[in-house]
Formats: sequence, structure tokens, C-alpha cells
Amino acid sequence: MADLCTEFLGIKSPNPFWLASAPPTDKEYNVVRAFEAGWGGVVWKTVGEDPHIVNVYGPRYGALMGNDRRVIGFNNIELISDRPLRTNLDEIRRVKRAWPDRAMIISIMVPCEEESWKRILPMVEDTGCDGIELNFGCPHGMSERGMGSSVGQVPEYIEMVARWCKTYSKLPVIVKLTPNITDIRYPARAAKAGGADAVSLINTINSVMGVNLETMTMSPSVGKQGSHGGYCGTAVRPIALNMVAEIARDPQTAGLPISGIGGVHTWHDAAEFIALGAGTVQVCTAAMVYGFRIVQDMCDGLSNFMDEQGYTKVSQMVGKAVPSITGWSNLNMNHIEKAVIRQDSCIQCGRCHVVCEDTSHQAITAMKDGKRHFEIKEDECVGCNLCVSVCPVPDTITMRTLAAGEIDQRTGKAVPGHYANWTTHPNNPMRVAV
Amino acid sequence: MTLPEPATAALADLRAGRLDAAQYRHNFCDVYPPLSLAQARVEADRCYYCFEAPCQTACPTGIDIPSFIQRIADNNIRGSAHAILSANPLGGMCARVCPTEVLCEEACVRNSNEDKPVEIGQLQRYATDAYFAAPGKPLFTRAAATGRTVAVVGAGPAGLACAHGLARLGHAVVVFDANAKPGGLNEYGLATYKTVDNFAQREVEWLLSIGGIDIRNKSALGRDVTLEQLTKDYDAVFLGLGLAGVNSIGIPEPKANGIHHAVEFIAQLRQAHDYAQIPVGRRVVVIGGGMTAVDAAVQSRKLGAEEVTIVYRRGEEAMSASAHERDWARTNGVLVRLWAAPKEILTHNGRVTGVRFAHTQQAGDRLQETEETFTLQADMVLKAIGQSLVDAPLGSMLELQGGRIVTDAKGATVHPKVWAGGDCRVGGRDLTVEAVEHGKVAALAIHAAIGA
Repeated sequence: MADLCTEFLGIKSPNPFWLASAPPTDKEYNVVRAFEAGWGGVVWKTVGEDPHIVNVYGPRYGALMGNDRRVIGFNNIELISDRPLRTNLDEIRRVKRAWPDRAMIISIMVPCEEESWKRILPMVEDTGCDGIELNFGCPHGMSERGMGSSVGQVPEYIEMVARWCKTYSKLPVIVKLTPNITDIRYPARAAKAGGADAVSLINTINSVMGVNLETMTMSPSVGKQGSHGGYCGTAVRPIALNMVAEIARDPQTAGLPISGIGGVHTWHDAAEFIALGAGTVQVCTAAMVYGFRIVQDMCDGLSNFMDEQGYTKVSQMVGKAVPSITGWSNLNMNHIEKAVIRQDSCIQCGRCHVVCEDTSHQAITAMKDGKRHFEIKEDECVGCNLCVSVCPVPDTITMRTLAAGEIDQRTGKAVPGHYANWTTHPNNPMRVAV
Repeated sequence: MTLPEPATAALADLRAGRLDAAQYRHNFCDVYPPLSLAQARVEADRCYYCFEAPCQTACPTGIDIPSFIQRIADNNIRGSAHAILSANPLGGMCARVCPTEVLCEEACVRNSNEDKPVEIGQLQRYATDAYFAAPGKPLFTRAAATGRTVAVVGAGPAGLACAHGLARLGHAVVVFDANAKPGGLNEYGLATYKTVDNFAQREVEWLLSIGGIDIRNKSALGRDVTLEQLTKDYDAVFLGLGLAGVNSIGIPEPKANGIHHAVEFIAQLRQAHDYAQIPVGRRVVVIGGGMTAVDAAVQSRKLGAEEVTIVYRRGEEAMSASAHERDWARTNGVLVRLWAAPKEILTHNGRVTGVRFAHTQQAGDRLQETEETFTLQADMVLKAIGQSLVDAPLGSMLELQGGRIVTDAKGATVHPKVWAGGDCRVGGRDLTVEAVEHGKVAALAIHAAIGA
């Protein structure tokens, strides 16, 4: 049985699944239930200065659903903790004492003033927590007050606040990044420059979940108006994976520990974040959709996968897929694939044909000898993978790599055996010599 | 070999009110309850939206099934109903009675993937029910009046579909029907549990709401109107006569209580206000092998009959009742006996007591009765060995073949002003949905012929 124990910035947890700073980690009652269910750690819901903020007492959450009402995406407009700072700190102390083997990180958001950070850090450290996470990510509400993502969008502020935290606290510092920026590498570099020990990402994405077309009101709304919320859940995972990978492969931040966040619903999702460089993962939406026991399925799946693959520790997987991500101009232009349709499992829905015909390269037949028949026309196929992406039957359309020397029916030329990318391509006006 | 008359003959038991009110309610409720909103959304999501969808090809009326399902999924019920009803104005009833397992659902590609097709029939019912519940402004409007008037004989599926098609094209239509209510087999010929809540009449009301269709009930061809006169008075005539005659079982039928045509029994149930008033035997024998036999047998059970036996003279594969219908009969406790033909209906004191059958066997192309016989005790005998065209009112104006009217693919008969469709036409499969297609296609052909 694989060992799921994780050590991240020296903080130990029995598994890499932490609950993200969010409604599920709002108070002692919830966090104790989470630990009882098996979560490896929590990032306590963001604490701030007194007087504590207030939330709306109307819809705070919205969901994007499939027709079976399975939640695909989720958003929220809840602010940071709406309880007195002291209440939170007392509860954190008690919970950490009762659950010493679990990671206890405290998320903090105070105004971007040195005094504010200087004041709160010792109080937080006094709880016995394992580390702090700087909430530079929330895109709603707090950002209008100069906190949250409005800090995370300015690399200089990130660096400045991270430095204050390293100055006034001995605790490991994790900077939580907002995805509401154009290039995630800049805030990550700033965090590193400020001395942060790690980054966590992504926080939620600015979003409007929908519009009630009967009332012409955004949905959900608080009375007659709503406010954009932070988007999360399965739908954001590809965006989060990219941002994690960008930081992992940026020479300036390579090796900076990452706690991966964004649409982790299964062990598989978590393993993907880990493969792209995350040392732990943080989860919120899955817990808010299914409850805390979902962590047991995540742990079980990850453990079985690791056993099958021969990994004995989570750390052995961290970053293993990072070298597989590169810039487009490094892609091998001499690598050629063609789709192949397995006739014995094709159910004849014809979707591959119609999407190829309408939107791509007219490379799939609809008819053969007067009968419905879907087959790749290799002389038209550019290997784009669209048919694979729309086929409803697993493993029925696959991609075949042409061997070196094999004739590509589309071009009539033999596949070159050597690697060659855009930088040296004859069509590239900026090409360099091979 | 002849078995002696059953000793229990004197105890013949044919009566009404075998069950209590709750049992009748339960037995005659909707056999396949409609999908809920949540079920419909999930089921609609299963549709793959196939290219040139095989289900659509398999539908005799060519309904654009992927579109109507997609429109359920994206909450456009009006659009879904339009996709259905523009191809099949009786799409609501067809959703209930079509043998989907041999039509659209048999063609569904999900059968290859997981052996479970999309429930197209149930989705079609969902869309049409939801639309009929709140129809809003008319889905279809009439073209400018053409000044032409067409006579339609028979207000069954073929006649109604033809009338609707003609009305959409701007023609005036007069529909003559022998019965008290329009609908034909939809109103009189289907098992009650297939179409509850007076759906047949509600559908006809919607269909007529397009305007321009004048229905004349209790007007029978040959009695109240003649074909010759119709061809003189109208620009064209469409015959959707159905098969109003019932076939004889080919042996002498004694005059006795408890012997009925299955179609009459079924019609009686459909028109009943109180099932407790309908007599049924304790032991029922149904002779025949089609849908009518199944509907009569199952409803006998549902009225409280203890033993119901369908007896068919050939093997199971020759039965015109579908596999689905045969399973349905057996699920309802009906015994199906094969390879037996009726020899004698037994009576006692003016009441039926049983039927003596001869075993049959195949001898080359012929079906042969053997010497061996057996007797089934029965308090009620239902004859369901097929219906036939009542051809007397047609005189010699039309060409018949095998007792049905010969037409071309668009329904034109040998008479230049007469078209025909539905069960009365040669070459069909006796399906409601096919009758609708006949009516629909004939309307276009009539339109082309009479001009506008």
C-alpha cells in the first residue's frame, strides 16, 4: 500500500488532500468533521481584522449543471470569515491541539499596510498552526476594498507583503495566487522574490453564472442585483493545470513548492496536479457538492494508482510530467499521426464524420458500398484529434503515429525520422539555421 | 379424440364487478407512466445527436428525432413539439402506441454501445404532453384559402393526418366518420392503459384547432354518403376507412352469452365510465395472435379474470403481436397456447362453457389440423383473428387486392379523384404511425393534383 504521507514546507500531513480556505473550513465544527472524515489538512477560512466583515444573507453560491444536475462549475460571493478574529484563533488552537498530525494552515487577508500584517501575524502564529496562506486571490467583494485579488494582480504588492510576512513571522508562507491576470508567472516570481516558501493556485475566476431570462436578472442574485463571483469546480481544472505547469516550468520559479487548487474532484485530478508540480492539492467544490467523505475515495484511488505504477511516496510523482510541457515552437513538426476507427466497436453514430466534414478536414467517410460506414481518409487526415474528442465510445477512435519513412498519404512524402520544430521551419521568416 | 363436456359447465361464471374500485384504478392506470422533468432531461442527454440519425430513418413519418430530443434537453418544449408534430400530427398518440422497439428504438446506436436505446417514445410523449398542457399560440397556421374542398372518409389516424395536412395547405376539409367520436382506432381500438385521460380526444381537439376541418360523426360511407356522390361534390376524396369488418373464426358460432369480438370488447372498455360495470369471464379464451388478442387478453386479466388463454393456430414467430406485446401478455399472467385451431364452441343453457381445439402442424406450406383435440373451459370467448375492409360501399370504383385498396406510393387509387391510406390500403404493416404517414403523403399528393 502506497504511503500517502506528505511533507510540504516541512509540514506533515497523512495525505496530500487539504481542504482549501473556503466555507468548509469556516469553523471548528466543520474542520473537526473534515479531520474525522480523513482530510490530510485544512487551510482555515481566511481571517481578517476586526470588526469582522459581514456576508449577504441571500444566495452566495451558484452552479453550472449538466442535464443530470451534476455540478460542472460552481461560484460563490462569500467573503472572508464573518466571525471575530479571536473566535477563529481560539478554535484553531483547540483543533490543532486535538489533531496534531493534520496540517493546519491559516489563510490571512488584511489591508495592504505593514502595520496590519505586523499586528496579526504573531496572533496567528500563537495558535500553534503550521503555516500561513496569504489570500491574494478572492476576486469578489474584498477586492473592491483593496484586498484579495486586487493585491494578487500587482506583483510588487505580492512581493512586498510576502516580505513583511517573512519578516514578522517564522511560519512557512504560502502565497495564494489569483488567476485573474494575464500571465501567472509574474505574480509567482514576485512571491518568490518576496521570500515566500510556496505558492498555491488557483483561486477562483471572475464569473457570472448565468442570467434569469424571465426577469433579465443575473443569476443567482441578491434581490434585483447580483455581483460577479469566484468560479471553481471541475470546469476550471484545465485552466488551473496550465497555470501550475507554467510556474513549474518557468526557470525563474522552477522548484518553488506549489499547492495545487482548482477543480480537484477525484484522485485522478489530484494526481494530475501532482504530476505537474504540486506537492499537495487543495479541494473545496468536491466537498461542497458531496460532503467530506469524498476524501476517502480520493485517498483510495490515489493509493491504488500508486501501487499499480510502483510509486511508494507521493513525492516521487511530483513534477514528473512537467518536462512534457513546452512551448508550441518546440513541437516536432515531423511527428505525424492519423486517426483510426475500430470498425468492431464503432456504433455508427456518425458524429466523427459530420464534425470532420463540417468543421475540419473532410477526412471521414459516411458511406461505403452503399452502406453507412465511417472510415478515415488518410489522404485528408491531418491528425487533429477532433474525431477522438467527439466519439462516444471509449477506445474506438485512436491515433496512430506514422513511423519514420512511412508515406504520409496526405502529402505523398515520407515521414522524416528526425526532430524539427518551427524555429527552423522554412515557412518561418524568423527561422534560425538547424 | 374428444374430451367429455366439462363437469363444471353448469358453473359458468361471467360477471361484472370482480374487483374493488382501487384495484380497477390501479389496473387501468397509465401502463408506462410519463417521464418527470428530471428523467426527461437525463434521458435526453443520452441522445448522441447522430449524423443522419438511424432512428429518424426508421420512423415511418421521419420525425427529426435528434432535434426534438435536443430541444427537450435545452428546455425548448415548443420547438420539440414542432419537430414532432410537423412530421407527425398524431405524434402524441404514436409516442404511446408505436412499437418503438422495432422502429426508432431498434435503430438507436446506443443498442450497440450498451444494449439500451434512448427512450425515444417516452421522450416524444414527454414533449407532446408538455406542449399540449400549455400550447400557447398555434404551432401551425393555414395557408391562404384555396377554395378547394376535400372529403375525407374516416377520422382515424390516416384521415386525421390527411385532413390536417390539407388544412395547413389552405384547403377546406369535410371528414365523415361512422362513429360517434372521431379518432378511429385511437379512440376505440387501443387498450385503455395505453392512452389514459381521454388523450385521443384531446389530441383530436388540438389537431382540429388549426381550423378548416369540419367533422361529421355518425356518417357512414354507404349508409349516409356514397363514394360516387363524394367524388361529384368534392375536389378530391381521401379514404381512411380502416378495417371495420371482423373476420369469422371459420366454425359455426352458437348463439350464446359470452361470445364476443375482441374489438368490440376493447371498444367497450375504452368507452366505459366504470370498469366495474363490464362483465368478464372467470376463464377467458382469446382466439388469435395479434395486438388485438393481446389487448383483449390483458384487459380481461385486469378486469379480474382468473385464467386467460390466448390460443393461436401457428408458432410464436408467426404471431403478429410483437415480442414486446407477447412479453407484456405473459407478464400479466396470460397463458399463450400455440399450434391449436378452434373446432367447436361449447355452450350450456345459452352460455358459453368452453372451446374445443384441434392441435395443428405445419405440412409444407400448409397448416394442418391433427386428430388430437383438447378443450379449454371458458366463461367468455373473445375472437381476435383479424379485421377486414368493408368493401361494399366502394362498389366497382376502385381496384382491390387481397381485400384492400390498391394505390400508388402517394396513395392515389385508380380513380383520379380518390386517394386512400391507412389499414385499408394494400401493403401496410397496420401501424398507427404508418397510417399517419399515408395521410400526410396523400395530402401533399392531393394538393399537387387539385392545384391551389
